[in-house]
Amino acid sequence: MQLVLFFVLALLAVAGAVGVVLSKNAVYSALALLLNFAVLAVFYIMLNAQFLGVVQVIVYAGAIVVLFLFVIMLIGGQLAPDALTAGSRRPARVVALIAGLVALAGLAYGLVSGALAPQTGQVQGSGSVQAIGRVLFTDYLLPFELASVLLLVAMIGAVVLARKPTKS
Amino acid sequence: MPSDYLPILILIVLATVFAIIAMALPAVLGPSRKTKAKLEPYESGMVPYTDARRRFPVQYYVIAVLFILFDIEVIFLYPWAVMLRQLRLFGLIEMAVFLGILLVGYVFVWKKGALEW
Repeated sequence: MQLVLFFVLALLAVAGAVGVVLSKNAVYSALALLLNFAVLAVFYIMLNAQFLGVVQVIVYAGAIVVLFLFVIMLIGGQLAPDALTAGSRRPARVVALIAGLVALAGLAYGLVSGALAPQTGQVQGSGSVQAIGRVLFTDYLLPFELASVLLLVAMIGAVVLARKPTKS
Repeated sequence: MPSDYLPILILIVLATVFAIIAMALPAVLGPSRKTKAKLEPYESGMVPYTDARRRFPVQYYVIAVLFILFDIEVIFLYPWAVMLRQLRLFGLIEMAVFLGILLVGYVFVWKKGALEW
């Protein structure tokens, strides 16, 4: 049952990923990415990492895809087809292909050699919201508070980057 | 356990089936008489004056990034809300400091006028 579910979902995830690359329209690419993110959230839940699943839905499927769509709007959605067919992108494509193949080879090596084999034993419940909350608000208190500083820096950076150019 | 999420799966299936029915029934049963007025984006609203696929003002970027940042803030609130009874007053102070630092950013954004057009 679990295995059948995995293969159905894996097919959906790959279909979403392929859709991101193949869509001529950047908006459709972003929506295909949304499908991919949503299926990944289900994978996290199947791996007993419920908190990560919730993060995947709320942050990635929610906020990141929204940011992508906003950026597509900002640069103009109709510009994408020209950029895709331009011949000057050929070196970038070759580099991307090589990088992708290297990443794939690394993944294949990890799977074959067993380095990426799943941990067994003491992982029961470690991905639950309670377990993460317990360590986050006691042992990892300082990183948690520093995360707010990181968010503050990002906030200021966004405002500075997008400020009105009138005060020149 | 993954099996606890079965109601969500059922909900997704029901929502998908409903959406398919809601789109298929009008296509099959409804008469298709297209006029120019009917095909406009807002049949009885604003008159469109240009293509919607054009460049938008950069202020939308600030809105999008702020949305992401406060979304991440909410993510931290989730395990905190689950654990608040065990953490007691200490947890309340922790989150007050966290939200206080983010509030500084919010006040900065507001004072800078980044939310105004």
